[in-house]
Amino acid sequence: MNWLRSLFHRRQLYRDLAEEIQEHLDEAQEALMQKGMSPREAREAARKQFGNVASVAESGRETWQWPALETFLMDFRYALRQLRKDLSFTIVAILILGLGIGATTAVFSVVNAVLIRPLPFRDPQRLARVANTGDSGLSSVTSRSSNLADWKRMSSSFEDLAGYFAFYDYQRFTLYGKGEPERLVGVGVTESFLPMLGVQPTLGRQFVHEECVWKGRPAILLTHGFWERRFASDPSIVGQSLTLDNTNYSVVGVLPANFDFASVFVPGSRVDFLLPFPVSRETDRQGNTLAIFGRMKPGVTVAKAQAELDVINDQLQKADPNRWGLGAAVSELRGQLTGRYRDALTLLALAVGLVLLIACTNLSSLLLSRAASRNKEIAIRSAIGAGRLRLVRQLLTEAFVLATAGGVIGVLLALLLTRSIRATQAVTIPLLHSVRIDGEALLVALILVLGCALLFGIAPALQLSGSKDSDALRDSSRGLSEGQGRVRTRSALVIAEVALACVLLVSAGLLLRSFYTLLNVDLGFQPAQRVSWRVETNRRFETLTERARFYLRLIERVKEIPGVVTAGLTDTLPLGRNREWSIGAKGVVYRDGEAPDIYPRMVSPGYLETMGIRLRKGRDFSTNDTADSRRVILINQAAERAIFPGQDALGKILVNREEWVVVGVVDNVRHSSLEENGGSEVYFPIMQMGDWGATDLVVRSTLPLSALNGPMRIALHEMDSKMPVDDFQTLGAVVDRAVSPRRFVLYLLGAFAITAVILASLGIYGLISYSVSRRATEIGIRMALGASPQLVRKQILRHTLTLGLAGILLGTIGAIIVSRLMASLLFGISSTDFATFAGTIVLLFLVAATAGFLPAMRASRIEPRVALQEG
Amino acid sequence: MMVLRLLHRRPLHGYAIVQEIHAVSDELLQVEEGSLYPALQRLLKDGLVTAHWDVSTTNRRVRVYTLTPAGLGHLHKEIRRFESMLEGIRLVLAVGTL
Repeated sequence: MNWLRSLFHRRQLYRDLAEEIQEHLDEAQEALMQKGMSPREAREAARKQFGNVASVAESGRETWQWPALETFLMDFRYALRQLRKDLSFTIVAILILGLGIGATTAVFSVVNAVLIRPLPFRDPQRLARVANTGDSGLSSVTSRSSNLADWKRMSSSFEDLAGYFAFYDYQRFTLYGKGEPERLVGVGVTESFLPMLGVQPTLGRQFVHEECVWKGRPAILLTHGFWERRFASDPSIVGQSLTLDNTNYSVVGVLPANFDFASVFVPGSRVDFLLPFPVSRETDRQGNTLAIFGRMKPGVTVAKAQAELDVINDQLQKADPNRWGLGAAVSELRGQLTGRYRDALTLLALAVGLVLLIACTNLSSLLLSRAASRNKEIAIRSAIGAGRLRLVRQLLTEAFVLATAGGVIGVLLALLLTRSIRATQAVTIPLLHSVRIDGEALLVALILVLGCALLFGIAPALQLSGSKDSDALRDSSRGLSEGQGRVRTRSALVIAEVALACVLLVSAGLLLRSFYTLLNVDLGFQPAQRVSWRVETNRRFETLTERARFYLRLIERVKEIPGVVTAGLTDTLPLGRNREWSIGAKGVVYRDGEAPDIYPRMVSPGYLETMGIRLRKGRDFSTNDTADSRRVILINQAAERAIFPGQDALGKILVNREEWVVVGVVDNVRHSSLEENGGSEVYFPIMQMGDWGATDLVVRSTLPLSALNGPMRIALHEMDSKMPVDDFQTLGAVVDRAVSPRRFVLYLLGAFAITAVILASLGIYGLISYSVSRRATEIGIRMALGASPQLVRKQILRHTLTLGLAGILLGTIGAIIVSRLMASLLFGISSTDFATFAGTIVLLFLVAATAGFLPAMRASRIEPRVALQEG
Repeated sequence: MMVLRLLHRRPLHGYAIVQEIHAVSDELLQVEEGSLYPALQRLLKDGLVTAHWDVSTTNRRVRVYTLTPAGLGHLHKEIRRFESMLEGIRLVLAVGTL
């Protein structure tokens, strides 16, 4: 390894070479002296004979060098020196770059995790979602267990089919025996769900068949997060039993850390364990409950699987004409989970790219201004032989060093950002938990560093290295026409910055207005001052009346708390999960599948008032509506229009197993999302309809939550000492969670827009400031000739505003195009919303004026005498 | 190649090599003395020679180069190549008569 040796012994080798050359010259000199020359003549002759000593020595040394590496190291050291000389500029530049690169890398990680990276399952591209084919609501995309069983049996396109219980939220499990009773969330999964995905428990085993049948042996698999949090990662929990409600469940295993069920399938929720969901006659009777997924066989496409299932459903329907709920819509799993966020995330990616672009433009401008002071240095280097390529390489190395430092800061920033995104449970975008800075993200950061270095380094490098030597070497340059090209380039850059900032501002503004319009939408209920406690008791009741009476007494007890205005009970809070039933008006014959779909709610008297849901006609439930009295229901306006078009629903009868009389019509509630109008809702009184399990006790109170918590615990414990009391949330939080993805995007975009405006204003300030300094002499002359300070100020400001207007004009055109592309993300406003555009234009105008103000003031204070002397 | 040949006879230092070339070639070859040293450095780097400091017959501190086995092999290869090139040129020049 000669090269390794040569690395270490290079200095010695150079010394040896120098010595032996000197020795050669001495010997030659002596030989010539012996022939009769004088010492001086002999020395000259010897040298002539030898050749160019310095050149020979250098050639000899070059043998031991790698010219490319040597020059790079030289450039690198030189760059460091230059950057250290102007430390404040260097720090600012590194910070700007760090911000831009960090934000871009973080956004890339999010896009990667949510849209690009394959799902953490075996062969994820073969996984499909098999949804039902209804119109809206969860019930219309879930399927019956009999569907799952039959499709599995009859289909040849699917290797396997499995599902999870989509209405898990209707039932919570209370953990007893380990300290305070705790409400846990468990999701039922069919037997082959985990094996089909390729998920293996990291401890213990999968469910076995005996556990997956109706009334099978109770067993659960803990999620990794729950195991860490509740059992401190103690492996001995496997094999033990936990008492959930009244049953002992055996813990058969722990799921792996990289499988976050909630993050993939039900983001924004917390899932503590999985339990078996039996595919049987009994669960089939529960209706559309399963979210079904399938693994297609290799080579099978979605279209083929779809066609096959359509045929199978046809056969099944013909075999049993009374069978309902047969429908299949096959789609690729990845697209189904995250497709709806593609637009928003693409917007974010573009936005952050724009910010980075603005940052680079800014830096380029800054470098150009710095370059002015280096003219002489460059000219000298050029004069003694540095080629243009060499100079460009040198300047690019500087840019590269800056970019690398910025990149390091950026990666650190990205690590922080991704850590906080990972930790958040408040946003309901799937797969956010797997956002991380991995090899791919680092590669992107590296590409960004190189790209940025090129982007902001190339303009100054080209301009600098192309300047004429003679001009720069001369000391006195009047500065009147010098730097015109430079100023033009910088002006173009600043206009570009303003334009990009305009686009970002408009986008952020549109999203902001959408967000506020959304928050102000009439929900149909009032979330303010309302808190809801999830209540469920383990006590056994003989009759529905007894059960209802328990809860009604609970409501009364809660109402006694000072500060509580009113309270009510429901089994379905808005913006949560929904189930769907069919119902029909008495006397009307509906064709198959034409019976109206409604969303049922089981509520107590007083619920409407507690929630602030307006009663339009008729009356609320009262305690007189008992199990023995006439069956009564309330419907909302949408239901009235749908079921009794053109008529007054009061007094009419609806049929659902029994006959129910409509005694009241209420306002529509936006129960599925803030963006959508709700469907037909029907309210049943809990005293007369027993199809409810866990309920939400909504309390309307003037007290803050902290003051309400204590008395509520006491009240709940009074009614049932074993009832868990910690499962509560404010309705405000419920609404927040529903808009969390939108808010997430808005915050990020807003941050980008603000950054862009700051950078653009700095760019304008820098340029005008530079321009004023360069033209100080000219301004001085003008003032000496009679121009007033006000005139000078006005001229500078006019120049600034011209630049600003050009940028705004360009930016507005760009913004119109971009806003049309993001139309799907807007709510309640058009993509050419006048207020947003006008606001942006005015804001940028003011920003430009402010940025030019200080330099203008400085210009107007120039003393003609001083300026002329310094020229 | 010629340097290697000379060093094959006996180890020499830089000035001596130049003298030998002059002497052996009957003054037909006049090399610019300086160009020898970069060549020696390359031979050193490629491991075809080694160098050590010694004291010459005239009591000077000189850097003596010695041929290595690798250098010897390289020398033979180069000589073979040169001779076949020479043969080729001779054949071409011998076509017809001038």
